Amino acid sequence: MVKKKDYTNGLPDPSKLKEEILAKYPRKVARKRDKAMVVNDPGVDQEILANVRTIPGIITQRGCTYAGCKGVVLGPTRDIVNIVHGPIGCSFYAWLTRRNQTRPATETDANYIPYTFSTDMQDENIVFGGEVKLKEAIREAYELFNPGAIAIFSTCPVGLIGDDVHAVAREMKAELGINCFGFSCEGYRGVSQSAGHHIANNQLYKHILGTDDRARMGKFQVNLLGEYNIGGDAFEIEALFEEAGITLLSTFSGNSTVESMAYAHTADLNMVMCHRSINYIAEMMETKFGIPWIKVNFVGAKSAAKSLKKIAEFFGDAELTAKVDAIVAREMAKVEAVREAIKPKVEGKVAMMFVGGSRAHHYQDLFGELGIQVVSAGYEFAHRDDYEGRKVIPNIKIDADTRNIEDLDVEKDDVRFRNDLAAKKAELMEAGYKFSDYEGMMPDMKKNSLVIDDVNHWETEKLIEFYQPDLFCAGIKEKYVVQKYGVPLKQLHNYDYGGPYTCFEGAINFYQEMQRMLDTKIWKLVDAPWKREPEIVGSMTIEA
Amino acid sequence: MLLRHTTDKVKERNALTVNPAKTCQPVGAMYAALGVHGCLPHSHGSQGCCSYHRSALTRHYKEPVMASTSSFTEGASVFGGQANLLTAIDNIFQIYEPEIIAVHSTCLSETIGDDLGQIVAKAGDDGRIPAGKHVIQAPTPSYVGSHVTGYANMLEAFVKYFPEKTDEKKRQVNLLSGWVEPSDMRELRRIAGQMKVKSVLLPDTSDVLDTPMTGSYSMYPKGGTTIAEMVSMGDSMSTIAMGEWATQKAAIALDNKCKVPFESIDIPVGLRATDRFIQALSKAGKVSVPEEITAERGRLVDMITDMHQYFYGKRVAVFGDPDNILPLIEFLVDLDMKPVYIVSGTPGKAFTKKAEAILSERVPEAKFKNGPQADMFLMHQWIKEEGVDLIIGNTYGKYIARDEQTPFVRMGFPILDRQGHNYFPTVGYMGAIRIVEKILDAMMDKIDATCPEEKVELQM
Repeated sequence: MVKKKDYTNGLPDPSKLKEEILAKYPRKVARKRDKAMVVNDPGVDQEILANVRTIPGIITQRGCTYAGCKGVVLGPTRDIVNIVHGPIGCSFYAWLTRRNQTRPATETDANYIPYTFSTDMQDENIVFGGEVKLKEAIREAYELFNPGAIAIFSTCPVGLIGDDVHAVAREMKAELGINCFGFSCEGYRGVSQSAGHHIANNQLYKHILGTDDRARMGKFQVNLLGEYNIGGDAFEIEALFEEAGITLLSTFSGNSTVESMAYAHTADLNMVMCHRSINYIAEMMETKFGIPWIKVNFVGAKSAAKSLKKIAEFFGDAELTAKVDAIVAREMAKVEAVREAIKPKVEGKVAMMFVGGSRAHHYQDLFGELGIQVVSAGYEFAHRDDYEGRKVIPNIKIDADTRNIEDLDVEKDDVRFRNDLAAKKAELMEAGYKFSDYEGMMPDMKKNSLVIDDVNHWETEKLIEFYQPDLFCAGIKEKYVVQKYGVPLKQLHNYDYGGPYTCFEGAINFYQEMQRMLDTKIWKLVDAPWKREPEIVGSMTIEA
Repeated sequence: MLLRHTTDKVKERNALTVNPAKTCQPVGAMYAALGVHGCLPHSHGSQGCCSYHRSALTRHYKEPVMASTSSFTEGASVFGGQANLLTAIDNIFQIYEPEIIAVHSTCLSETIGDDLGQIVAKAGDDGRIPAGKHVIQAPTPSYVGSHVTGYANMLEAFVKYFPEKTDEKKRQVNLLSGWVEPSDMRELRRIAGQMKVKSVLLPDTSDVLDTPMTGSYSMYPKGGTTIAEMVSMGDSMSTIAMGEWATQKAAIALDNKCKVPFESIDIPVGLRATDRFIQALSKAGKVSVPEEITAERGRLVDMITDMHQYFYGKRVAVFGDPDNILPLIEFLVDLDMKPVYIVSGTPGKAFTKKAEAILSERVPEAKFKNGPQADMFLMHQWIKEEGVDLIIGNTYGKYIARDEQTPFVRMGFPILDRQGHNYFPTVGYMGAIRIVEKILDAMMDKIDATCPEEKVELQM
């Protein structure tokens, strides 16, 4: 069992820890990892090395482009048949393993999420090509399931053998008369899940967005981008919007339908939750349709309140503002009651978190509310802008590993462009309202906290040894490693099958979860009692 | 309904697989390699595979699962992954210090034609493999066979590399365990111990994927077949290979290399498969069967005779891996149950023949299929045509079980939503007793929950 440390008088300088970590590496590896680990100083601009290729053999936690595209962005949309073109594994591993909850309106509405579809490529498909089988699979899927849309996801071998999934999609779209489109999200593209997000964004933009010019459905129309409804997170947000009278047209893509994404361009405002995975669509929608976007965070009660108020502020409607204020006041009262009861029990505890591309930042708000200190944090696959803020985007060099991920040329739609929104944006900006802005994780972290990109197993071991944290937040691959050390791990990808953690109810859930995890006595029972006593040497052994 | 789009009309499919009853090769290779002491599995492909395979095993065992990857980029995918693997070998030995790196491939490295044997040989020639350390490799193309094939390929790689034939004959029997749980591996060793047969079990994931909580983490836990044990396998009297799909290739390779004769038998699941295992062990070890094993067997038969009324004629749907479900359906038939629907995504012609031999007399109405499109969607359609009293398979069966209100027993890989399966065996007579208990629990729970109040029984 590790002993816990007290950091009430500021965080220790982790430079020595960093040195120890680097000392184990071959020279070239050390040089690279040096730049990916930053001793944070929120007062100055610091550069971190991120979104670069993974070091072979380092034991990364990263996944691939296919996971980012199919698993993350398209997986949660319930009324689309997602066919994975490849051998069976990619399809199998993305089958219900992310907890994107969905709630169809009726018993008969389409919901393909409990299914996984694959062309199950065999060696002859590798040798002779898989396009014929892919077309056949699409026809079979259409006949069996009669979906409104079918998407095709390329896996590693597809790009290598030269199957043209886009041509197949075009042909099948013409033949079947339904929307059909492909994704070149082969696992080797880019350096992580991140490339898959970008590819998914591009295809959603090209094949879905703006295809249904439907009439307004409410006074305040918004989209929520980059919220995947893990453990019901999006349900919490949906309920608040409904109560406030805000019409949520479409969520990309938790609890979503393809149908709803088709008219997302009729919104007045886009809200970006997960900046990393969906900022591309936010940018493209603004360029084409003039819809401004703001960064929101519904993780953490105060953050949720702030985000709601920011939306009300955007619309500038007295009735809406009053409703939002009433909701916030009512909910914060509930939250505060729980927070006050739990905070004294967990205050001063030490946490670290290494999560995908956004939560390592968002969850710091929740920890802050409880007085839990975050001493080290990082992402698997975020880019410099997620760490340092969007202001660094012009300085980011696109390296050879990422250069082949397409950047779409987006043009203004002269007919549908919302000049009124562009004017409103200009006016609000005058008054200091922030659009298209994300300041990143590092400015929000304490001095001397250690920021690490693409943390690996060796670094995880050393971090635990150095900080002796009370809580480690990461994913399933890390969970049981960390817990063997006697340190509880909270999964912040799948919430350990709990949640929701967004908004006010979610904050209460999370506080209670922190109390459970930090209050349990089981970690003190790890050592058997006889380990603490002198050994008794047997003299009355039974003969074998 | 969770699976609201599944209808009872079975339509022939030739291209689309829906809800597969298999996964791909490398995860099997990773599992097999974890059963060797001091070994770090390495996935030569893009890193997504490795993360998925580690996650799948971790979710199944609630244990750390370590493996490294070559982390292919687009460049490597076009020009070959040799540099990635060589760099990985350097980094792994320096940072993580395993005794053995066990490399497997993926559809990516196989499609581009990376020759693992050549790259590993080059690593040796270049002095990248420290003295006393080992790098072994097995090609595991994901577009051939299934996860079981990957297990078989990695097991074969181990017996091709380590066992040596010397002049010294060892009074020991090799046990190639097939893809079973760590608890099963422990049970196999317990049985061999009861029989007083000295055995070498390969692989052996007990004490690797069921390690105790001690407050410290060890990257290479104390379990796993050791190098010395593997080397000694070349001098063993014989080999018992359990499960044709997972172990026969390795048994043949070991026979070819070291002239150790083998007997290929089923994984000892259920009554008669365990009988065959005990007899094979008795013959191989030249020992008689001790009374305590006969007593365990007797307790199993006693339980079956006592509870027969609950089994007789009950219809069962089974899905999983061929080595595991063939002896299971044989056991179900011995319980007088009717395994009516059986699917396995793993291809192999022997499946039909073996299933027919088990089923033709007692369950002639049984439908079974393996290989392409033998998936859980098909099995569910069959269930919709005519229902069953019980479903046995991995966690994914729970969606069907809930929709169809059918009792469900979790067996196979992966089990993601229950704990305990990795602590208690399903092999041997004791394992069979546990299977019977699980079946009875599941079926009785449904009766207790749904029968009219006046029919609730205190006893069974």
